[in-house]
Amino acid sequence: MYAFDYHRPSSVAEAARLLAGSQEGKLLAGGHTLLPTMKLRLAGPKNLIDLSRIAELRGIERRGGDLVIGAMETHDAVASSAAVQGAIRGLTELATHIGDQHVRHRGTIGGSVANNDPAADYPAAVLALNATVVTNKREIKADDFFKGLFATALGADEIITRIVFPIASKFAYAKFANPASRYALVGVAVAQAPSGVRVAVTGASAAGVYRATDMEAALGKGWSAQSLSGLAGDATKMLSDIHADAQYRAHLVGVMAQRAVAASGA
Amino acid sequence: MTATGIGAPVKRKEDQRFITGKGQYTDDINRPGQAYAVFVRSPHAHATLKNIDLSAALKSPGCLGAFTGADLAADKVGTLICGWMIHSKDGSPMKAGVHPALAQGKVRYVGDHVAVVIGETLNAAKDAAEKVSVDYDALPAVTELASAQNADQPQIHAEAANNTVYQWHLGDKAAVAAAFAGAKYVTKIDLINNRLIPNAIEPRAAIGEWDAGNDSLTLYTTSQNPHVTRLVLAAFIGLAPEHKLRVIAPDVGGGFGSKIFIYAEETVCLWAARKVGRPVKWTGDRSEAFLADAHGRDHVTHAELAVDANGKILALRASTKANLGGYLSTFASSVPTYLYAPLLSGQYDIPAIYCEVDGVYTNTAPVDAYRGAGRPEATFVVERLVEVAARQIGMDPAEFRRQNFIKSFPHQTPVIMAYDAGDYEACLNKALELADYKGLGARKAESAKKGLKRGLGFSAYIEACGIAPSQAVGSLGAGVGLWESAEVRVNPTGSVEVLTGSHSHGQGHETTFAQLVSQRLGIPIEQVTIVHGDTDKVQFGMGTYGSRSGAVGMSAIFRAIDKVIVKAKKVAGFVLEVPEETVDFNDGIFSSKATNKTLTFPEVALQAYIAHKFTGAQLEPGLKEGAFFDPTNFTFPSGVHICELEIDPATGATRIERWTAVDDFGTLVNPMIVEGQVHGGIVQGVGQALLEGAVYNKDGQLVTASFMDYTMPRASDVPSFKVAMTSTPCPSNPLGIKGCGEAGAIAAPAAVINAITDALGHEGVAMPATPQAVWRAANRSTQKLAAE
Repeated sequence: MYAFDYHRPSSVAEAARLLAGSQEGKLLAGGHTLLPTMKLRLAGPKNLIDLSRIAELRGIERRGGDLVIGAMETHDAVASSAAVQGAIRGLTELATHIGDQHVRHRGTIGGSVANNDPAADYPAAVLALNATVVTNKREIKADDFFKGLFATALGADEIITRIVFPIASKFAYAKFANPASRYALVGVAVAQAPSGVRVAVTGASAAGVYRATDMEAALGKGWSAQSLSGLAGDATKMLSDIHADAQYRAHLVGVMAQRAVAASGA
Repeated sequence: MTATGIGAPVKRKEDQRFITGKGQYTDDINRPGQAYAVFVRSPHAHATLKNIDLSAALKSPGCLGAFTGADLAADKVGTLICGWMIHSKDGSPMKAGVHPALAQGKVRYVGDHVAVVIGETLNAAKDAAEKVSVDYDALPAVTELASAQNADQPQIHAEAANNTVYQWHLGDKAAVAAAFAGAKYVTKIDLINNRLIPNAIEPRAAIGEWDAGNDSLTLYTTSQNPHVTRLVLAAFIGLAPEHKLRVIAPDVGGGFGSKIFIYAEETVCLWAARKVGRPVKWTGDRSEAFLADAHGRDHVTHAELAVDANGKILALRASTKANLGGYLSTFASSVPTYLYAPLLSGQYDIPAIYCEVDGVYTNTAPVDAYRGAGRPEATFVVERLVEVAARQIGMDPAEFRRQNFIKSFPHQTPVIMAYDAGDYEACLNKALELADYKGLGARKAESAKKGLKRGLGFSAYIEACGIAPSQAVGSLGAGVGLWESAEVRVNPTGSVEVLTGSHSHGQGHETTFAQLVSQRLGIPIEQVTIVHGDTDKVQFGMGTYGSRSGAVGMSAIFRAIDKVIVKAKKVAGFVLEVPEETVDFNDGIFSSKATNKTLTFPEVALQAYIAHKFTGAQLEPGLKEGAFFDPTNFTFPSGVHICELEIDPATGATRIERWTAVDDFGTLVNPMIVEGQVHGGIVQGVGQALLEGAVYNKDGQLVTASFMDYTMPRASDVPSFKVAMTSTPCPSNPLGIKGCGEAGAIAAPAAVINAITDALGHEGVAMPATPQAVWRAANRSTQKLAAE
């Protein structure tokens, strides 16, 4: 690891000032991607700004028709939250199966969404539930937030403060895990959101998390696993690696979508 | 059986230390003035080293020195050795290239050692290492085993034409050909035994230290065999004479074979300590373990089985290419030859066997012994052949095995081994019962209702352990003898220290060896301490691998105890004032029919040291004896494992539902520890079958270089195991022990793959049978797919 200065601000405003004013600054919001790359000397931020002590980034609550989760809430906090369980049960399931115990106690929803790893679980939920990503500067709709592999709409000194999930009547997420990393080889989230039927796929596409509009149309006509029969991912757009080539991934998109619908209580 | 004697499930004495974080591993040791080594490693699989510029590194803050292969050569430091000579079919000795600890002229795999940088701190060493400038001239790499010997492939070592180290064979080729000519059925299979990366929990580590006053060296290292390390470093690499070199292997966190070998890093740390005048520590990180620990397996094999009209096996032949990597590691040459082909008879009466093996260089990490070492590869060949043959003939796979089992002992196979004892049908019968083989059809139907495919696979394995009779292995090319030593030191108060040449790196020797002493001397187990892993304490030893520490190491202790008892009886005779030959010793009590007085073991120990009851002319004082034990044969553990699994054809996900293991390990010293060894071995074997596989791309980059891509088995990947034992004691050691450390890893892969083929109803699933591979296989009949 290269030397760096460590900062631990107590407010979002202070964190934003540090980020804007520091040379090669990085936000620490769990660190499951950042810290290993720093240890391997693949990343060497000069300033590390730890968001873990900022109270305004915490909190899980139901506000009217929305479930609001603070950006620095850990996966474990989401998994064990009665508010989440009561509002969007499938989100509890999703958080319960991220990484392992250690990961779930350090990793955060804001960190995961900001990093936008193409195999992360949360981006699929954010996209399928038509959530809003709230930052220190603005509100960004899910459809406008994810911009490809590890890329988002976030500006250089923008910090996610919370995610607002409209409560869906049905939601489920089905993941086929990479055997080694247990990230999603393919993960499909399906929702009957207030704004309509939405299907989001993570892990599979070379362009990152995406909406499967063909599946949305099919499910719009009838919410059942059978409605998805014959539908799969587009193999020409899928990732390919030693664990799963594009054809297998495309196939799994169809299987996992059907299983997600089945799990949603169809 | 006493509560702490042979056969008792005594809880492990060492676990208190390990579980409470009080173990002392090499990285826990810090020496005064210690500096840190970082290795500059090749990013190329194959390249000419044009120039190495150390000047910027040497100016880096906190840099204490930076060295290359030229510095080692200038100091006349010897190169790393391969200690087992293999001769090719034509009688010529194997063609081994030079293996320098730091590269000279060329690099031959990604991770190869180019330079070492020593720093005041680890970070200072890393900073300096980044400033080493290396000018490479990249060469095309040889990464595919199957084509590595082709004439158009780059030459890796000048000594080995066509990258071929040897072309070895065993058995009677003509007799096998004749048997095949007369066979009713011939089964042919092509197999890949996938390359594995050991990944012990503790990465390798070393501290080299030079005592300028005595001009002596000490190496703290993660070794399974510290005395062999000392011997090689002294006699071959020449860093110090043996009496001026101490090797300490303290607590070691797993080895699985990968810590047998004498590697570059440990050698360089020891040499560099003298160069910089400071202790030099290196602790490998996980990335280095992936790149530069010796890997395991990696065979490509074509095998055939000849069977007559009645289902009797007539002959077996196999042709194997074995990947040895970019250099020959310490015992690399022996693993795919003498640790492999002599096991190709399996548990079966096969009149004729022929095996040819090409040892091949590629631009990949060196390959050497890994849990089972050759025997898992042999078992996979035999048990896949037998399974496929049974289906081809239309016989039940269990009955086909039963019919061909060896049924009388001793049994001389056509490939060197003389099996001494066993009862293969007993294992099979028990396994069939425990696995509820009769209920399989109903369970398959239940699975089918859920859209799942259920399958059951057998593996009836044999292994040769207790390695090994020194004269026998010497005649096969080993550079060392494979006996073991022990010294039993009785203290005046009757407590005992046992010094053993075996080395424990997870096996539980501090408990099992103490159980033997407790039982034989009739003293509480708490009164026994096992000392190992330090060449200044233990005079010599051959270390722990090949499931040898029970059969060979404990036998040496057994023999030393025999001598202690003989001496103690003499002492007791003087104290009891009776003739020595009337003294009996049972359950810790010395008695004689000539008196009604008795003595306890501690009382006799005290008398041996105070020496008041006998003169120096009559008896030497003291109570300390040593023994070397050289076995008269290998041991032959065997067993039947049955794997039952379910496949989800929609995703290819495979879930192991049941596992039944019935093993014959002869005498069990501690059944709880034995069962633990079986569990661990099965999980490693399941890892090979379903999960693990090292992948190099065509440029020789290791794709599976971290746990993000290399799949280690987890607890959730296996069910609760049904483990049972049968026992035919081994006749070639005094305790009847056969060894259990490798059995699970040897048995498991074939059981899993056989179960998958049973579930899918055809034969072609390569290891690791990942979800993708199984999905492809499951849909092969219904989908037209691109070539795999």
